[in-house]
Amino acid sequence: MADETRTSKAARLFDVRRVIGGLFLLYGVIVTLLGLFDSQAEIDKAQGVRINLWMGLAMLALGLLMLLWLKLSPPEAPPESSEPENPAE
Amino acid sequence: MVIAASGLRLDLDIFDYLILALYFITVLGIGFAARAAIKTSADFFLSGRSMPAWVTGLAFVSANLGALEILGMAANGAQYGLMTLHYYWIGAVPAMAFLGIVMMPFYYGSKVRSVPEFLRRRFNDSTHLFNAISFAIAQMLIAGVNLFALALILQALLGWPLWISIALGAAIVLIYITLGGLSSAIYNEVLQFFVILAGLIPITIVGLVKVGGWNGLVDKVQQTSLGEAGLHTFANTASSDNPLGANWIGIIFGLGFVLSFGYWTTNFAEVQRALSAKNMNAARRTPIIGAFPKLVIPVVTVVPGLIALVTVKGLGADKGDLTYNYAIPLLMRDLLPNGVLGVAVTGLLASFMAGMAANVSGFNTVFTYDIWQSYIKKDRDDAYYLRIGRYATIGGVVVGIGTAFIAAGFSNIMNYIQALFSLFNAPLFATFIVGMFWKRMSSWAGFWSLALGTLSALTLYLLHLSDVVKFNSDLEESFWGAGLAFVVAVVVALIVTQFTPSKPENELRGLVYGMGGDATSTETIISGEKVWWRNPVLLGAIAVVLALLLYIPVW
Repeated sequence: MADETRTSKAARLFDVRRVIGGLFLLYGVIVTLLGLFDSQAEIDKAQGVRINLWMGLAMLALGLLMLLWLKLSPPEAPPESSEPENPAE
Repeated sequence: MVIAASGLRLDLDIFDYLILALYFITVLGIGFAARAAIKTSADFFLSGRSMPAWVTGLAFVSANLGALEILGMAANGAQYGLMTLHYYWIGAVPAMAFLGIVMMPFYYGSKVRSVPEFLRRRFNDSTHLFNAISFAIAQMLIAGVNLFALALILQALLGWPLWISIALGAAIVLIYITLGGLSSAIYNEVLQFFVILAGLIPITIVGLVKVGGWNGLVDKVQQTSLGEAGLHTFANTASSDNPLGANWIGIIFGLGFVLSFGYWTTNFAEVQRALSAKNMNAARRTPIIGAFPKLVIPVVTVVPGLIALVTVKGLGADKGDLTYNYAIPLLMRDLLPNGVLGVAVTGLLASFMAGMAANVSGFNTVFTYDIWQSYIKKDRDDAYYLRIGRYATIGGVVVGIGTAFIAAGFSNIMNYIQALFSLFNAPLFATFIVGMFWKRMSSWAGFWSLALGTLSALTLYLLHLSDVVKFNSDLEESFWGAGLAFVVAVVVALIVTQFTPSKPENELRGLVYGMGGDATSTETIISGEKVWWRNPVLLGAIAVVLALLLYIPVW
């Protein structure tokens, strides 16, 4: 049982925040640029809302937030020792 | 069908395809990165129990936020109006809080790797095998539904042939689960959660602008055939004279208690997400963290359903491209410019694959640990079971392709799924809840309560199909089927226990309430964590209270 539940340290090294951050940064850039150059027909289709621009900026912000969070609390941080129920591995 | 498909066809341009392609490159990249990190079978099946609570919490709600759920709930929003909110609030949040507060200490604390494994330790091998097999079958049937629905959407929206879509969807899920196991599935679920929201939010915003905001939507819904009734949740539930056709007893006990608790607390595809958390507290917070997004998700599913109802002429046809099921795709076609359109399509496809991946990763765990390792090849080394897990994934995906063609034979996919839930989850929940809180319940009582509960729900379903017993709707049948299964399972448990020996108390430690074991004592369940925002009981209570408060404006 002991070796089965042992966690591989490598499993913590790649972090989902980096993945989300990276993808949304890319999406944000693409969609924001599209939004800047949207034709009138496309703006009309979205009921006059510059939805590409707004969603692009929002995705950009989310991507940056994820990367910032990653920078502020890196994944390699040791597990909190204050967890009494942490299984003895 | 060709005409129907072309009516829904979306005009994707090169940028939309770029957005779609970037997503799949990322997904496969996660698979390869996760493969490098996987060393043991626990890594593969349980992500090495290393995930932080916010990741497992989002994966928990995301595993449920398959595209079937999204399209289905928008369809219900258009068809039944705000009563659909019951599926989110009373039908999910209390059960998610209950799982986190009361049940998770038993699951996580007993170190079981799956829900069937818990049954084996609490009851016996027969109960275990029965549940493992029925779970494996259910997961394969549901994986097929997800795959088939994915292919239908690709065909309708992008004009891709059905079989290519099925093969492509299956291949991508296969690659990333085989490579990365549960880690891969969970990471993709979290990623998918953000992408699907990025696709649904613009639909809601632009849609609301079109109908003149919330007040405009309310005015317009009142003029539809659904009318004022579509804007209330509990009004007129003293009788069944309301859009859902169910009274408050059916809603609270059928949907809110038996169906909901059965689904959320014993469905291993869900519980597995919490088992992969890094410690007990994170595991307990997993479903509760998931409950908060669940509270507000109807804003981007049920509300668009209502928007579609008032903006798409002729919505609600029996077949073709104006069925309720296409409410969201129709709004995408009408409202989204290229760019966010690509994000929305990507989110929809991603969520189908997340749904299927949840089924497949649940299946491969139960198959490997609970069937193969327990009854076929015992005592091999860990690398062997890791390999079997990968084979099971391949097998599961292939079977999923087969069951996709079974699902193709059903006209209403959502009802097929509801029937599966009432068959498998309701009796399981009854067996669990009695077994967890009543130490005398015997091993054989576990088996017979599960078997006869399932059998009674199956019998009722077959009688309904053959018109021997009549119900107003398939939905009503699933409420009653679940209720019947629950009652039968509890009664059988009480009776069989009188005639068979109980398990010795020292074997029940950590598995039954009040039987010692550090994880399941009352003190642990109540206290848990000193910091308030990490306290499962407090967070769970907040979620339930919020659900109740949210009902007030739409009473």
